[in-house]
Amino acid sequence: MLNFLLSRLLTFVPTFIGVTLISFSFIRVLPGDPIIVMAGERGMSEERYAELQAQFGFDRPLLVQYWDYMTGVLQGDLGNSFVTKKPVFDEFFALFPATLELSICAMIFAVVLGLPAGVIAAINRGKLFDRTLMSTALVGYSMPIFWWALLMIIVFSGWLGWTPVSGRISLIYFFDDVTGFMLIDSLLSGQKGAFSSAVNHLILPTIVLGTIPLAVIARQTRSAMLEVLSEDYIRTARAKGLPPSRVTYIHALRNALIPVVTVIGLLVGTLLAGAILTETIFSWPGIGKWMVDSIYRRDYPVVQGGLLLIAVMVMIVNLTVDVLYGFINPKIRKS
Amino acid sequence: MALLEVRNLSVDFATTSGTFRAVDGFDLTLDKGDITAVVGESGSGKSVAFLAMMGLLPWTATITSDQLTFDGNDLRGISPRKRRQIIGKDMSMIFQEPMTSLNPCYTVGFQIKEALRIHLGMDRKERHARAIELFEQVGIPAPETRLSAFPHQMSGGMNQRVMIAMAIACKPKLLIADEPTTALDVTIQAQILELLTSLQEETGMALVLITHDMGVVAETAERVSVQYAGQKVEMQDVRSLFATPHHPYTAALLAALPERATTKHLPTIPGVVPGQFDRPAGCLFSPRCAHADERCRTVAPPVGGPELGFARCHYPLNVAQEESV
Repeated sequence: MLNFLLSRLLTFVPTFIGVTLISFSFIRVLPGDPIIVMAGERGMSEERYAELQAQFGFDRPLLVQYWDYMTGVLQGDLGNSFVTKKPVFDEFFALFPATLELSICAMIFAVVLGLPAGVIAAINRGKLFDRTLMSTALVGYSMPIFWWALLMIIVFSGWLGWTPVSGRISLIYFFDDVTGFMLIDSLLSGQKGAFSSAVNHLILPTIVLGTIPLAVIARQTRSAMLEVLSEDYIRTARAKGLPPSRVTYIHALRNALIPVVTVIGLLVGTLLAGAILTETIFSWPGIGKWMVDSIYRRDYPVVQGGLLLIAVMVMIVNLTVDVLYGFINPKIRKS
Repeated sequence: MALLEVRNLSVDFATTSGTFRAVDGFDLTLDKGDITAVVGESGSGKSVAFLAMMGLLPWTATITSDQLTFDGNDLRGISPRKRRQIIGKDMSMIFQEPMTSLNPCYTVGFQIKEALRIHLGMDRKERHARAIELFEQVGIPAPETRLSAFPHQMSGGMNQRVMIAMAIACKPKLLIADEPTTALDVTIQAQILELLTSLQEETGMALVLITHDMGVVAETAERVSVQYAGQKVEMQDVRSLFATPHHPYTAALLAALPERATTKHLPTIPGVVPGQFDRPAGCLFSPRCAHADERCRTVAPPVGGPELGFARCHYPLNVAQEESV
């Protein structure tokens, strides 16, 4: 197990370097200049511009700048934001709980609906439920997130007035961050109505962000179940006279979970990418919105650091998935 | 009353290109304690007939029969719930591939105890004791530790023993063994066959051995039913079948046994079992039969009497002189 973990951690190294290289170079390829952006409408003199360039180190060759950046990163210093002057690390972890809360809710939404839907579709293969579900899933998967989000806002917030349009909680409630998770903090605050307000604000973003994972999980579960249901050991289980529910959920589902868990791990990356759009549309104060804002401001350290931290999160999730395999299927644990 | 009575069982599969008849008029009568072998090459419908009795065929299969009774229960219109009380308990089955027939996610102990809980309602202690007893019965060494092993940690032969233990867990009246030794080494094959026959002797259950191996038949069975292209072509006691086969197909199968070969090259039966689209009009074996003539190719043969081993043939072989015309 330890060997396995170490060898997996080794594969992180090239990914890590790759992410730093890409984020470092791509943001610099973008037209625009952080110093010009900072100067705003007034502009600045040639001398002041040169002075600032020297101060931020932009006058030196790119390779040297990258070397400096990497030296910082390896010491745990991601630099300070050009705009707020605060460390990128602190800003990230101040905003990350909001994104994490939304992502977890979206993932729970997708798994809780997607797994059973896929299982039921597989059992009723070719019947009406299966066809309806699979075509709905295809639509859900193909829909642009921003369009889907706007549609939901128009229907549920606009016409029906059931849910708020944006934000994490109604402005009439105020309390200090304890965990950073609005659902937990609102409960801890003890203020009447705070929790239900937080829940109401979560509903639409959760559905919007969870739609693509939901569609993918439902389809993946269905195909994995179909494959497992034709295995010899399922015939054995049925030959024992076990009830169909036991055959499906005890004997088949556990074997079908391997590909599904893999997909869930990969979806975490999709989820964080989707969070950028979802957060922007719903004014959700998470890292997605923070990243987009920073790109507009050409806030190099924030974009680089944010991307790097997101990449690390995705890598950690996928490592967890690899470890989970062994728990689901003992055959993999051995080899 | 017979334990199992099957009359004119047919199984059709709906395929995208029309229906395919996998089993065509299968008959079988089994009494308590009978050992019967069902022989035939791949595609002759021997497994499908028994999977139909167990209710394990996919929904694309249509099963029809004039009679299908097991132990006083009519299996034709039986509810799924009632059938589940019979299969795995009174009628159980083991399969060809022991390595893939056990669930890789659960220990073999879990998979045995499951049947005990569902059918006999034993509590945890009773189940554990019974599982150990079963493992000893099928000759698995160190049963206590083996119970917590996963299928991939054991050999094919051991897994087949687990399958057998699982199948006899509830003391069935009928055990169907579907090519139980095909996937195993020759030395292990003999052990498993010996185990099956000794268990049969001990418990008095009826045993059906589905196989394509005439050697296995000779060693174990009392009675043999020969299947060809979904039809039963002959049925006899094992001794008389080997001595005087009446159907040309049986004769050809026996002639292909290496120990019976008289020439340098082993005799074979030319051609293959007819599939969905090339079923002949008359006798199904006629395209491959050395004795076939025009009548065989156009008229479906009658089923002979018991003195002819129920042979489905116009010109049965080895007929006593005075009977032949």
